[in-house]
Amino acid sequence: MERIHTILAIAAITFAIGAVGVIVRRNVIVVFMCIELMLNAVNLSFVAFSQSVGNLTGQVAVFFVMVVAAAEAAVGLAIFIALFRTARSVESTSATELRL
Amino acid sequence: MALLDGFPLLSALVWLPLLGAIVLYAIPGGDSPEGQLRSRGLALGFTVMTLILSLLALSRFSSNQPGYQLVESFRWIEALGVRYELGIDGVSLALILLTTILMPLIVLSSHSIHESVRGYLACMLVLETAMLGTLVALDLFLFYLFWEFMLAPMYLIIGIWGGKRRVYASMKFVLYTAVGSVLMFVAILYTSWMAYDQAGVQLPSFLLGDLLHARFTLQEQIWLFAAFALAMCIKIPLFPLHTWLPDAHVEAPTGGSVVLAGVLLKMGLYGLFRFGYPLFPDGAAVFAPYLAALAVIGIIYGACIAWVQLDIKKLVAYSSVSHLGYCVLGLVAGTSLSVTGSTVQMINHGISTGALFLLVGVLYDRTHTRLIADYGGIAAKVPVFATLFLLFTLSSIALPLTNGFVGEFMILSGSYETYPMLTFFALAGVVLGAVYMLTLYMKTMYGEVNPAREGLTDIRLIEAVTLAPLLILVFWLGLFPQPLVDLIEPSVVRSLQITKERSHVLRESELTREALIPEDMAPRGVLMQKQSEYPSRPMSL
Amino acid sequence: MDTRQVITSLDPALIPLAPLVGAAAAYGLGRKNRVFSGVIATFAAIVAFALTLKGVFDLAPSAIKEAHLWRWFGVGQVAFDMTLRLDRLSSVMCLVITGIGSLIHLYSTAYMADDEGMPRFFAYLNLFLFSMLVLVLGGNLLVLFIGWEGVGLCSYLLIGFWFRNLNYCGAGRKAFVVNRIGDAGVLMGIFLLLKHFGTVDFLLLNDRLGEAAALFDPKLAAVCTLIGFCLFIGATGKSAQLPLFVWLPDAMAGPTPVSALIHAATMVTAGVYLFARAHFVFDSAGAELGLIVVVVAALTAFISATIAVAQNDIKKVLAYSTVSQLGFMFLAAGAGAYWVALFHVITHAFFKACLFLGAGSVIHGCHHEQDMRQMGGLRRLMPVTFITYFISTLAIAGIYPFSGFHSKHAILASLGQSPNSLIVASAPIIVLIASVTAGLTAFYMTRSLVLTFFGSYRGHAHPHESPWKMTVPLIVLAVLAVIGGIGLEHSLPHYLEAVLPRAHAHESLAPIDSLGASWIGVLGVLIGVFLYGPLASVPPAIAKAIPLLLRLLQGKYFIDEVYQTLIVRPLEGVSRVLWRGVDQGVIDGTVNGTAEVVEVSGELVRTMQTGDVRHYALYLFGAIATMVAVYLVW
Repeated sequence: MERIHTILAIAAITFAIGAVGVIVRRNVIVVFMCIELMLNAVNLSFVAFSQSVGNLTGQVAVFFVMVVAAAEAAVGLAIFIALFRTARSVESTSATELRL
Repeated sequence: MALLDGFPLLSALVWLPLLGAIVLYAIPGGDSPEGQLRSRGLALGFTVMTLILSLLALSRFSSNQPGYQLVESFRWIEALGVRYELGIDGVSLALILLTTILMPLIVLSSHSIHESVRGYLACMLVLETAMLGTLVALDLFLFYLFWEFMLAPMYLIIGIWGGKRRVYASMKFVLYTAVGSVLMFVAILYTSWMAYDQAGVQLPSFLLGDLLHARFTLQEQIWLFAAFALAMCIKIPLFPLHTWLPDAHVEAPTGGSVVLAGVLLKMGLYGLFRFGYPLFPDGAAVFAPYLAALAVIGIIYGACIAWVQLDIKKLVAYSSVSHLGYCVLGLVAGTSLSVTGSTVQMINHGISTGALFLLVGVLYDRTHTRLIADYGGIAAKVPVFATLFLLFTLSSIALPLTNGFVGEFMILSGSYETYPMLTFFALAGVVLGAVYMLTLYMKTMYGEVNPAREGLTDIRLIEAVTLAPLLILVFWLGLFPQPLVDLIEPSVVRSLQITKERSHVLRESELTREALIPEDMAPRGVLMQKQSEYPSRPMSL
Repeated sequence: MDTRQVITSLDPALIPLAPLVGAAAAYGLGRKNRVFSGVIATFAAIVAFALTLKGVFDLAPSAIKEAHLWRWFGVGQVAFDMTLRLDRLSSVMCLVITGIGSLIHLYSTAYMADDEGMPRFFAYLNLFLFSMLVLVLGGNLLVLFIGWEGVGLCSYLLIGFWFRNLNYCGAGRKAFVVNRIGDAGVLMGIFLLLKHFGTVDFLLLNDRLGEAAALFDPKLAAVCTLIGFCLFIGATGKSAQLPLFVWLPDAMAGPTPVSALIHAATMVTAGVYLFARAHFVFDSAGAELGLIVVVVAALTAFISATIAVAQNDIKKVLAYSTVSQLGFMFLAAGAGAYWVALFHVITHAFFKACLFLGAGSVIHGCHHEQDMRQMGGLRRLMPVTFITYFISTLAIAGIYPFSGFHSKHAILASLGQSPNSLIVASAPIIVLIASVTAGLTAFYMTRSLVLTFFGSYRGHAHPHESPWKMTVPLIVLAVLAVIGGIGLEHSLPHYLEAVLPRAHAHESLAPIDSLGASWIGVLGVLIGVFLYGPLASVPPAIAKAIPLLLRLLQGKYFIDEVYQTLIVRPLEGVSRVLWRGVDQGVIDGTVNGTAEVVEVSGELVRTMQTGDVRHYALYLFGAIATMVAVYLVW
């Protein structure tokens, strides 16, 4: 088995763990971490492909993903604080009504 | 009259009521008692001015001159090929006059509306613009806009000022008619697109005049006519697409019922006459026997159901189903006598049924019930009302020398040539019409006075003034219908001529488009080439 | 008939105009003071009579006075004009209508004097005269149809004149609706005429039919049979023949002068007039049509005569006798002897109007009692009424020298001399039925005479003779009923010979033979006199002997009930089912069902929208996974 296959397999497993986490966990902070996990799984595959193909495009994409993830974290955490202030919980089930 | 040359008479006619609606809202304080009175006065003024404009149009119209008259044509949405083109012929002018005559009377009858009169009157004025626009539009796109535009004010009139089940009725009315209309819109787009495709017109066009040069295969015509006819037949309404009508009539306020029965229902027939038949003559020919059969079923069915109704308004509504069956029969029978008769009957039905709804409104204002069983013997209490009711009843059952007879006779005698058996069955409607109307009259007017109706007061001056013009028309058109016939007939003959010229002898099998193109026209190859020069089709926009 | 000369004249228009103006004036002015309405209306009727006399005065045998008023409506080749024509045929009818109409107007001024609704009554009555005159004078079938429907309307309004009684109004509605069935037949005839001949103008039709006959058009007879049959349906409605006669007895709900004018003398004879007016259609038709007409007429005459025997209401007796006499008229009309039919129309108008007015006088005198069992012995209390009623009874019984004898004799004679071979062949049977009917007529009329005027008074009111306004018309009509037969027997065919085919008098019998020929009538009268006079115990015995038959006769063969059960009720039931079941159930159910389907599916899909982010994430992943899977598999 080539090395890239190993790396891609790890990325896929990480992604799957993240996806399952997003679906099954109610705590939004954990969900958030799972999303990070998925993003990083994608990042990992980007790097692996980049090396395998032999150019830098994939690695550039990784930086974009990281920037977006950072922005997402900033906005997302602000929303969670707002959610916690009104609902006294960070469970996703407490925000199903399109209003707080 | 030279003074008026170049004056856009039809545009003025169409948009004046809308201006009236704007003016109603532009003046502040419209909902105070004085404001209500002023609103009524203003609305009356605008509708009367519209009536005067329509009479002006009549005076400038010459029925013997072929083609559309008082035409106004401007480019509008060029990319789509939509033009603002208005014009009238005898048939549309007759219906315009019916509309403009009924509208002031409807405004007069608005004294029974007490909540937000201004809104009600504004809706009526907007509706008038929409109706007149539908009648004068010669561009299919413009026609469709006006056609759909009619729905909104009517929806509000039923939904806001209606009876107990007004929301259900208005929703049913709008959804039902919209379903048909959407299909018609698809058909309009297809028609325009295919015409552009084949006729080699430089620009896409929705003009009736341009589209009449297009040719369609039998298969296309069947589908296109079906789409048109579905929209129109819902509006008419033709059996079995009629069930929205009784609900809408019962729930609508008096004025709404009058305008609905008087004008809106005629739009379907007008649409078939103006667009459906001339554009798709072969498709129409395929459907004609079925439409005629449905019309006759509708005549008898509507009459039977009217007979057993318990609610006066519902009875009149079902009588409309029956009467419009005659109109459809006359239209699809396709002889000049029957089609002219159909148009005459449209006018007459507007007058007599409009008046009957006004009379029911008079009763309802006093007693707040429409059930037949709640009346009885009131002829002794309200003799003038009873006399008026009798006269309009007679008009409705088509007694000679009232207006109703002329149209019905022309339809039946004209249809006899095309559909003798169906006409024979339609005669049953003549008998049944007398049954249900006289039963209604007997149960409400005759017998011992219902104790609950002891204090009933006779008709008031304003109500009499509202009904008087209609009564005059009943006898005027009954005695001297010839001017009306002369107005309508040349246009009917011309339209039938166009339909006949456009209809093909080849009816049996699948026709290919190639076979349909006459020899003197450019062969298919040239068209294809030309098409490739203009890659952007209207549809791709 | 070839030498007809059409003269433009206003006369035909002025005759109906008088009662039209009268109707408006009677109603308008009569509301102030109701006596005016009677005076005005009577005056209008007399003016119409005078105008008719003036119009008839200089009317040459084949002359037609034509008033072309205006083009009513027309499309392309088909046009209908408001044309009124006065020729000798219509003039006869006009004289009867306006003459008897005037008398009945005069009579009504006294009869209706106590009624609140006098202005309305006289307005309707004048309106009826107008419609009837338009019917008679109409130059084409469509103008005739105006009058045809117009008289139906007036009949409806006058039957239901006392509108507080819902039964009366029901009778009016029944009359109108049944008439409408006939009217539909006339319309059908009009459509057929338009289709095959392109016109409904009587003169043009006559010419076109003549042309078609000259060309030996093979379809002509078939077409004319069909058209004639349609027109005959119309006639059965208006002139109360089988199967549409049921409305006429009910029409007696109206005031008695109305019964005399509309339901005896004039309106119901419109069908006979239609035959005479459109005689060319019936002459060109196949022989079957004539036979149908004659058979229907004979059956109608016989059946209604048997019903009349068992009636106790004096007006009902007269009503069924009218139906029966109308049958006699159609015997002649069907046999092609139009002048004879018209002859009987006239004599019948005289004696039947007199009988009805006499009955009205009795009812008036007995304070609105109509049951003959509550009368009797009135001959001393109401001598004028008695004598006139007596004379008219002899006239209707067909006893020489009274008028009924001559017209009935002519009818029976015409059957054998008919140009229609089928009728000639069946003449013996028809004549037999007609003779039996004539005997029955004499019997039941004598019965009504004896029950009303002889014996002793059985009622509880205080009968009195009527005022002169009522007796004068009675006397005039009685005189006419006496001399009408002898007077018209030869002059009428002579007068009509230019406008009607076969208008020549039958050989009249010597007076002594005539007396012999009236043996049927005499027999009927004698039986009546004995059964209700010296042998008064016999009728109850007969009644006991044949209870079922009596029940059948008293119940008018239950024809009304049969119609009610077989036609009206099922139709109403079907209508209800159509409404509740089909309209609200199936059709509206489909409409609402469509809406329901949309709503239910919306409700279903809606449950997916929980608002929980994780569910949406699951849908998202699920969808992507599915798409990838599909991509990979394909």
